[in-house]
Amino acid sequence: MKMTRALSLMASGGLVLTLAACGGDGGEEVDEGGSTGGGAAAGDTTITWWHNSNTGEGLEYYQQLADDFAEENGITIQVEAMQHEDMLTQLDAAFQAGDAPDIYMERGGGELADHVEAGLTRDLTEDAAEEIELLGGTVQGWTVEDRVYALPFSVGVVGFWYNTEMFEEAGITEPPATWDEMYEAIDQLKAAGMEPISVGAGDGWPAAHYWYQFALRHCAEDVLTSAVQSLDFSDQCFISAGEDVERLIAAEPFNRGFLSTPAQSGPTSASGLLATEQVAMEMQGHWEPGVMAGLTEDGEGLGDKLGWFPFPQVEGGQGDPEAQLGGGDAWGVSADAPDEAVDFVRFLLSDEVQRGFAERDMGLPTNPNVGDAVQDPALAGLLEVRDSAPYVQLYFDTAFVQSVGGAMNDAIELMFAGQATPQDIVADTQAAADSAG
Amino acid sequence: MTVLPVAPRATTDPSAGRASRPAGARGRDWRMALEIVGFTAPALLLFAVFVVWPILRAVQFSVYRWKGFGPLVDFVGLQNYVSVLTDDVFTGAVGHNLLIVVLSILVQLPLGLAIALLLNRRMRGQGVLRTIIFVPYVLSEVIAGVVWFQLLQPGRGVVETLLGTVGLEGPFQGFLGTPELAMPTLIVVLTWKYVGLAVLLFLAGLQGVPAELSEAAQIDGATWWQTQWRVTIPLLGPTIRMWAFLSMIGSLQLFDMVWILTGGGPANATTTMATFLVNEGTKRQNYGIAAAASVVLFVIALVMALLYQRFVLRRDTDDADVVRGVR
Repeated sequence: MKMTRALSLMASGGLVLTLAACGGDGGEEVDEGGSTGGGAAAGDTTITWWHNSNTGEGLEYYQQLADDFAEENGITIQVEAMQHEDMLTQLDAAFQAGDAPDIYMERGGGELADHVEAGLTRDLTEDAAEEIELLGGTVQGWTVEDRVYALPFSVGVVGFWYNTEMFEEAGITEPPATWDEMYEAIDQLKAAGMEPISVGAGDGWPAAHYWYQFALRHCAEDVLTSAVQSLDFSDQCFISAGEDVERLIAAEPFNRGFLSTPAQSGPTSASGLLATEQVAMEMQGHWEPGVMAGLTEDGEGLGDKLGWFPFPQVEGGQGDPEAQLGGGDAWGVSADAPDEAVDFVRFLLSDEVQRGFAERDMGLPTNPNVGDAVQDPALAGLLEVRDSAPYVQLYFDTAFVQSVGGAMNDAIELMFAGQATPQDIVADTQAAADSAG
Repeated sequence: MTVLPVAPRATTDPSAGRASRPAGARGRDWRMALEIVGFTAPALLLFAVFVVWPILRAVQFSVYRWKGFGPLVDFVGLQNYVSVLTDDVFTGAVGHNLLIVVLSILVQLPLGLAIALLLNRRMRGQGVLRTIIFVPYVLSEVIAGVVWFQLLQPGRGVVETLLGTVGLEGPFQGFLGTPELAMPTLIVVLTWKYVGLAVLLFLAGLQGVPAELSEAAQIDGATWWQTQWRVTIPLLGPTIRMWAFLSMIGSLQLFDMVWILTGGGPANATTTMATFLVNEGTKRQNYGIAAAASVVLFVIALVMALLYQRFVLRRDTDDADVVRGVR
């Protein structure tokens, strides 16, 4: 009896060990299962690449590029396509764990400065000198103390995407150029029984962009520049921005349930509502056509009904009327990535890839040789506005460190819920800035 | 007391097999120790790596200002705790957690008991009904959350469409987007999700109630209702108290359902301690503040759990001691 008991003990102990071993193997297998490209030709070098083109044509295109490059160079490229918000969360976690992907999206501003300070990202100034020269002033946003840390592949500005057919139906002939005209358009759309604007206030930042835009119109360039440096928000123009947002909310132009509407996930998100013709317009970045395409069954988004106009003018503002709010995405390479990662990033900025990128409406190419490849008339119009802007102000939440940008966004979100005044936004932002000091 | 150990030894086991006791006992002790270590080591190791270590790290992070990467250098002492405890959003979150603790018990206890008592009677389709009640609990919280999020879509969701067919109109911001309605809506969804667990536990407890007692009560002329109220429910006491304990801990740590349905919004109307710390950590990169909030959450949960065990569960555990003592 004792013998059997001991045996069964050993057996079950062995079982536990075997199971544990299986668990370990299983985990690794999953990792390898996630690898793509290369196939039989895969060599020893493996590069991980995270991007956010997780829908439609863009997803296929990036996969294809990775496969081709991997095969040609005898390496393996692991591609992880993620939904934008998920990617940001995972990137934070990856940096925290010191296990960042070799190639990742870097948004510039305060965030990049932090990454550089912590020694997490690779200096590309020499390794990609050719591309940096080609991109010219665009790399400015990804430069820290004269060193370039990431190559911007898509830079755009935020404006209103609208449904031209619905505008016509409501009797709006010209896209509004001033806020007086905008309010008129909102009334016309409402009178025609349509919801004028969708906003993904559930995610915070789409609502915050309204405040950024008004601040850009109200504040002179030097006020904004010094605010980014000194984190001083005492200028009256920041209060005026809040007052304008308040006035806009009071006009009730936003979609039903906007407080819980997500930005771009699913057909009931703000982008989905525009794509499925439930609302007439949405203020959003240059990525909107690509997002909408992924949210419609035919993969077309709004198709040729899509129009774009810049944020309307504000009377009496101190800001440059041509200045635009925007930002972009750049490919960053983590500090310990293999050299092949830099080669792949350079490849992603090549004329060929940037042209393919533009032709699929995945964004606004930064490579000046391919500007003509942007065929969508709405995007081409946006590109024109971008290139003629005296300066493009980086989204505030990116320009500032996240603790300040986050507090700012949360306060603006509260205003959308009717629970914060223009003074509250400035006070909350200033408080976060002071404690971030 | 000092005499006691001697007495048993004096009457040492007379059986012959125990003659070689010293050597054999040592072997057995050694084997026993090995057995205990062997069986508990994996669990202890997991506990140490995934529970103890993270708690210690959280305490360490909570005294630094830290962006989430790079070395811990900016020591700030207890300042993070001060900012957490003076933050209206956090104190609001603590209030929401306590509200959920109280409402979960107040709503699910009578509802769960009623359903359990009904399902405990012999009837057709008993198994099917039990399964239906229990399915929401088995469903992944994320999936359930996404389904409810879609059902509750403002203006276009199933819930508001159904309301529309009887001539009612949902609120402009929807059930999840209206600050005053978001918390009640959340409570409804949580009740739907977790009442199954209460029913399951109560049904199990009911199996332990001897039928003779109810029969005796009935013979004495008690009605069905009196039998339940005077006999069955009091005997369910230990089960109910244990369920309330689980429910309380779950409510304090509530995260998934809130995160998916509202993200803590609108206007912080449904923020819980867990969503607060995730927001501070991952969205604002105030990992020091997030860590301080997590330590506060840990302490609150620990204190409530200890108090509950001391004052409520003691009856049950004392009973158990008595039983052991008799044996």
